[in-house]
Amino acid sequence: MTITILAFGIARDLFGDRTIKLDLKGGETVAEVMSLLKDRYEGLKQLKSVVLAVNEDYVEDDYQIKSGDELAIIPPVSGG
Amino acid sequence: MIQIVNHKIDTLALIESVKDDGGGAIDVFIGTTRNQTKGKKVLRLDFEAYEPMAIKELQKIADRACSQWGILNYAIVHRVGTVEIGEEAVVIAVSTPHREHAFQACKFIIDELKKTVPIWKKEIFEDGEVWVAAHP
Repeated sequence: MTITILAFGIARDLFGDRTIKLDLKGGETVAEVMSLLKDRYEGLKQLKSVVLAVNEDYVEDDYQIKSGDELAIIPPVSGG
Repeated sequence: MIQIVNHKIDTLALIESVKDDGGGAIDVFIGTTRNQTKGKKVLRLDFEAYEPMAIKELQKIADRACSQWGILNYAIVHRVGTVEIGEEAVVIAVSTPHREHAFQACKFIIDELKKTVPIWKKEIFEDGEVWVAAHP
């Protein structure tokens, strides 16, 4: 399945786009996808923190991504 | 009331909106944009948000504050887009029957906002730009 990941802040700069597409076999966890992304975009490894949100919520590392989930990469937040 | 807006914040209107006849205190936090970081001149700031998630996370924070302190009304407004130096980037107003709870709730909301809400700030310098807090 193909998933779309929204990117914000410095993650968007690293991806070079507001969204990226990723082909998955199915059954991957959030942690596995993050690991794939870090291999593809080395700059993610330099960040203070980076997590994947699913359907507008923070999730546990073992969350299994399903078709239709909205993923977003969340670099260190700095609101306020 | 929780909002993410791309225009100047009307702070006085927000304060007015949280007034309550049962209230004895209104505490207000205003986060403004600074003209320098570590001695380096900042020209302006750009904010962006993952808006639907930011609203959800702000709601969670507000709900926790309401359950912990007897909040009568609250307003949380954060700007996105370009914010000029000296302007309000975020305004939080809380009314409670007694002042101590207003102080505590207001501080809690801004402290949590800075930890979890998906909003990002970029400082624009004369010679480049930096996403705040991105790197250790």
